[in-house]
Amino acid sequence: MTAAVEITGITKRFGDVVAVDNIDLTIADGEFFALLGPSGCGKTTTLRMIAGLEFPTQGSLKIFGDEVGTLPPNKRPVNTVFQNYALFPHLNALDNVAFGLKMQGVDKSTARKRALETIDLVQLTGMDARKPSELSGGQQQRVALARALVNQPKVLLLDEPLGALDLKLRQEMQGELKNLQQNLGVSFVFVTHDQEEALTMSDRMAVMNDGKLLQVGSPEEIYEHPANRFVADFIGQTNLLEGRVLDSETVCLANGAHVTGTSDLPMGTEVAVSLRPERAHLGPRDETHSRQAAVDGVVESVTYLGNARVYHVRFDWMVIEVREENRPGATLHEPGTPVSVSWDPSAVSVVAD
Amino acid sequence: MSRLLNKTANKTAGSAVEPHGWTKGVLQANGWLVYAFFYAPILLLVIFSFSDSRNVGVWGGFTLDWYEGFVDSQQTQAALWNSVKIATVSTGISVVLGTMSALALERFKFRGKQVFDALLYLPIIIPDVTMAVMMLLFFAEFFDVLNAVFGTELRKGFSSIALSHIAFSISFVSVVVRARLAGMSSHLEEAALDLYATRWQAFRFVTFPQILPGILGGALLAMTISLDDVVITQFVTGPGWTTLPVYVFGLIRRGVTPLINAVSVVMLMASMTLVALSLLVERVRNVGTNQRRGF
Repeated sequence: MTAAVEITGITKRFGDVVAVDNIDLTIADGEFFALLGPSGCGKTTTLRMIAGLEFPTQGSLKIFGDEVGTLPPNKRPVNTVFQNYALFPHLNALDNVAFGLKMQGVDKSTARKRALETIDLVQLTGMDARKPSELSGGQQQRVALARALVNQPKVLLLDEPLGALDLKLRQEMQGELKNLQQNLGVSFVFVTHDQEEALTMSDRMAVMNDGKLLQVGSPEEIYEHPANRFVADFIGQTNLLEGRVLDSETVCLANGAHVTGTSDLPMGTEVAVSLRPERAHLGPRDETHSRQAAVDGVVESVTYLGNARVYHVRFDWMVIEVREENRPGATLHEPGTPVSVSWDPSAVSVVAD
Repeated sequence: MSRLLNKTANKTAGSAVEPHGWTKGVLQANGWLVYAFFYAPILLLVIFSFSDSRNVGVWGGFTLDWYEGFVDSQQTQAALWNSVKIATVSTGISVVLGTMSALALERFKFRGKQVFDALLYLPIIIPDVTMAVMMLLFFAEFFDVLNAVFGTELRKGFSSIALSHIAFSISFVSVVVRARLAGMSSHLEEAALDLYATRWQAFRFVTFPQILPGILGGALLAMTISLDDVVITQFVTGPGWTTLPVYVFGLIRRGVTPLINAVSVVMLMASMTLVALSLLVERVRNVGTNQRRGF
């Protein structure tokens, strides 16, 4: 099957600044794909290159097998939902949605009919005569979505589309976008800096930093097996226990303790053992740990989250976070209590820079 | 007691930053003074244009003779039409060029942009007389060269005045349109391109409607300045191309009569009509776009 988007060796420079640094990326047809990274990592530039709003400095960019590298945006079978929507303020919702059809020369009555259908699809029935200024943020977002979808793009590009919405609306729209994508079967390429959004919505995701592509995979692969220290730290919460590789099965932590950690890095490499807060277990010091790694520490403080408690545990050389679900009968550890932090060796990953 | 009540009532009604008491009184008086300063001369001008006396400032009873004189005078008529023709042509051309330069400066990157930017506003800054002398020299040389090389018979007149007016109007149009463009997100144009519009269509259907108020404002400014200009026009004008302000200026030298008042009132009315028209256009446009329009 032809890939929806195929990026090979793409680099984008703005003067001396390298915004995107030699990336390779393939996005399958019908896939919900997230481009994730901190601001300035090059994810938006990558999206804009797919849209045709920027041209790559070098490399190849194919959409369904056709090279589109320097084709202007109006010649590409993709549409974009812009950050802050970029709705035309002088046109009402209907004319905004019908704009793309009008430009393609679709006759007026068909354009109107299809625009109204799409307005129904995004649940804005009856709002077609309103100007963008007369719509709420969430409604504007839906108009922007309809304006792109009405053209039946082969790939829909979304640039932080939920960034301007409040939390409740955001979660609602996440579900709706996902449903819409599944029903339409169109590839969605979604740019976000919110790792939770990327994890919950995407089929696959790419993590970027400093213009480089660090890891591509399913949310599960990326959360469970981060490729490096940055990915481990950026996706979800984690504790990075510094150490050195001893052999392929063992890492020597900063305090000299040996813990199990599988890696294929050469001996002596500086690494970190990534321990997720929810995968560590707090227990009394005298507890015996069968086949488990354990480090002794003292509870420093506790943060109550409602559904869980986060303990800050002081080791000799650092403080780590341990998250315990707030189940009935869960043991409480007061600050000052000496504890032992233990974990299943298969629950950690060893990451290098 | 009642004064006290009044005071507290005032306090709760107005906001804390709003002036009250004697501060408010002084500020109000100042406001009225400023308006009087602005409009009293205009009022006097209008009143004495109806005065049946050759001396300005002496009321000799009501008459429309001066207006009749204005309408009957071949010279004033000719001057008026010269002004209108020059204003129309120079405004039309400077609006197109000014808008284009505003778009270039606001939306594109090119070599020498900053220099171009600074140079564009020079005509606003340099004194009229300097500009006038420059223009005079330029046209004298330029037309001589053209005539010598191409055998044309260009003389100072319509083209020299219109070109001078275009030269300074472009700057004014560009300033106004740029202000409007700066307030418009360039994402709108990108969205249009993304929705299959060509560059021209993106301008026609998105950028242009957005900056139209700026263009109209710039056009109005250019037209007003062109209709008003005495200094530059006087330097570059040629035989048969006396504009209305230049004509009025000439009349004063022959003695001040209420005829000047009448001419001035007509010019004043023309300016006010232009302003009213532009406000009206803006309002109609807003109402029009608020109504439901399918296509």
